[in-house]
Amino acid sequence: MSKVDHVKASRSFIKDEPHIQFHDKRLWQIRSLRDQQAHGIPEWEQLRELASRIKEHTLSNLADYLEEFERKAIANGVVVHWAANAAEHNRIVHQLLSERGVDTLVKSKSMLTEECEMRPYLEARGIAVIETDLGERIQQLDDEMPSHIVIPAVHKLAKDVAEVFADTIGTDRSNDDPHYLAEGMRQDTRPYFLKSTAAGMTGCNFAVAETGSVVVCTNEGNADLSANVPSLHIASIGIEKLIPRLEHLPVFIRMLSRSAIGSPITQYTSHFSAPKDGGELHYVLVDNGRSERLAMDDFWYSLKCIRCGACMNTCPVYRRSGGLSYGGVYAGPIGAIINPTFDLKKYSALPFASTLNGSCSNVCPVKINIHEQIYKWRQIVVEQGQVSFIKKEAMKLAGKVLGDPKRYRQLSEGAKTIGGLPRAFLYNPFNAWGKQRELPAAPKQTFHEWYAQNRNKDDQPEGKA
Amino acid sequence: MTNRDAILAAVRQKQPASCALPKVPLFDTDLPPTRAAFIAALGKMGGVWLEGAGLADDFDSVIRNRFPSAKNICSAVPEAEGTCRIESIDDPRQLDGVDIGVVRAGFAVAETGSVWLSEVQYSVNALGYLPQHLVVLLDPADIVPNLHHAYQRREFFTARYAVLMTGPSATADIEGVLIRGAQGIRSLTVLELPRSSND
Repeated sequence: MSKVDHVKASRSFIKDEPHIQFHDKRLWQIRSLRDQQAHGIPEWEQLRELASRIKEHTLSNLADYLEEFERKAIANGVVVHWAANAAEHNRIVHQLLSERGVDTLVKSKSMLTEECEMRPYLEARGIAVIETDLGERIQQLDDEMPSHIVIPAVHKLAKDVAEVFADTIGTDRSNDDPHYLAEGMRQDTRPYFLKSTAAGMTGCNFAVAETGSVVVCTNEGNADLSANVPSLHIASIGIEKLIPRLEHLPVFIRMLSRSAIGSPITQYTSHFSAPKDGGELHYVLVDNGRSERLAMDDFWYSLKCIRCGACMNTCPVYRRSGGLSYGGVYAGPIGAIINPTFDLKKYSALPFASTLNGSCSNVCPVKINIHEQIYKWRQIVVEQGQVSFIKKEAMKLAGKVLGDPKRYRQLSEGAKTIGGLPRAFLYNPFNAWGKQRELPAAPKQTFHEWYAQNRNKDDQPEGKA
Repeated sequence: MTNRDAILAAVRQKQPASCALPKVPLFDTDLPPTRAAFIAALGKMGGVWLEGAGLADDFDSVIRNRFPSAKNICSAVPEAEGTCRIESIDDPRQLDGVDIGVVRAGFAVAETGSVWLSEVQYSVNALGYLPQHLVVLLDPADIVPNLHHAYQRREFFTARYAVLMTGPSATADIEGVLIRGAQGIRSLTVLELPRSSND
């Protein structure tokens, strides 16, 4: 696999002004809605602390909770499967479908099935996979990865969707009214739910050990359709999704949608515990690198993630580079710390796609120390020699300058003249920092010069009088 | 070793030292009256609140007045007859042509404006999703203050399937434009109606 070059990959997104403007504004708007919701709950910070500790407790006792979850599920009549990796997950799902003559899989959004690359696997074996979340369906029909874990097509404008749908489901190319497009998708999708040879699949937001239940949160009700109309329902579950008991669930449900899109709850919070009359319910518990991550002292906290996307919405780098530029299943700050656990070499650029401002950690509902983990990954990437020549040389130079007061002073005094350079020199395609922003005017003197001048007016420095 | 045993062994070996499990409070001091809070929250999530109906009313007319062009109404409640009874449905796919589904909520949550429904209320779960619109009867005495109280309810421990439904099916996946009626119901109407004494 080739290395993801985040800077290069974001270039095509950045060069399109209307797209990046919309993307940036839309995600910041969601971040603001999240703030309103968070500030509306006096116990918000207490909930974050509880959520973090419940997750840490569960992850540190995960084997027992997995056994309890399995035991309860089996007692409820659920068939439980275990998959060590993506290949096993896909094989298990395919076998369940092919044994029952299923040719169509209607499914709700699942980052885990993206991670397993299940869609191409099943499609190569003659099973049509229909994503039933609008955003995810847009991305499927456009043959792209989701660019955001909650809003998969947030990087697209309505006119892009009109093009995709015109090419694939036959809507009118000239009509880019979102209502028309959403209705077109609804009409196109409905018959798949009703096919007698269809099965349904959902992901899993939370798995409750006490009751053996899988909890799925959607706004479109598409998980409820996928699970309740066909007789077979398969739920793919990452083993880190466990929580101990039902009484712990409200802590997460109260924060998930508030953090994700700024609404108090998703329109549908659905709990599956046992098969419906005459139906089958199968759980596939998937490890796929999670137990390995559990052993990483600095990084196991990332397994607390509840996939709300708040860290993406708040991240200035994500908002201005687009999710696709991260080249992995998980984009944004959380992607920068999860993707390297799968393949450090491939994703070595991602920990550098951050300003380390810490906003991601501050909005995280389960208090993952995302920016600290990003910093730690940088150290590992550097130790393992995965840094590009230019970045290495630039860092060496920065190290020399910042470590030597004389050099630093020369350079900062010289910086005053930068503002006097011709515009074309500063705001050109080679200077990424010159895009969409103006250089602030440099002060007439550096702080060092000011201090030298003003200090002379006092007889003694403070503290020595 | 089976997959299961190998995964469990790996997890057991690699999980960090055990951290304590905190106690979760109910966070229920100084909460507003449940009925008013529910109505406000439901409205914000796009649900419609209908009040003023009494047990003596003809609910089929109440529903028809709200949806004058509806042809097929499938009812799972004794208070409304509809054009077909849920008991006559033996395959969920039959609900596709239904305009209006009618069901009674097991309970509701004031904090979020959610109604709780399970296979006990639905009989056929797809009743909440395949029809174009849903009417949910709710006894105001069945509203709990917040989600912490909701997850203490016994029904949660016995239901095979349960949903907290909060407004109609919705999406804002295209340019952030809010659309009601994504894949499921286009509208959710909550009709205030106490349970009859023999319910």
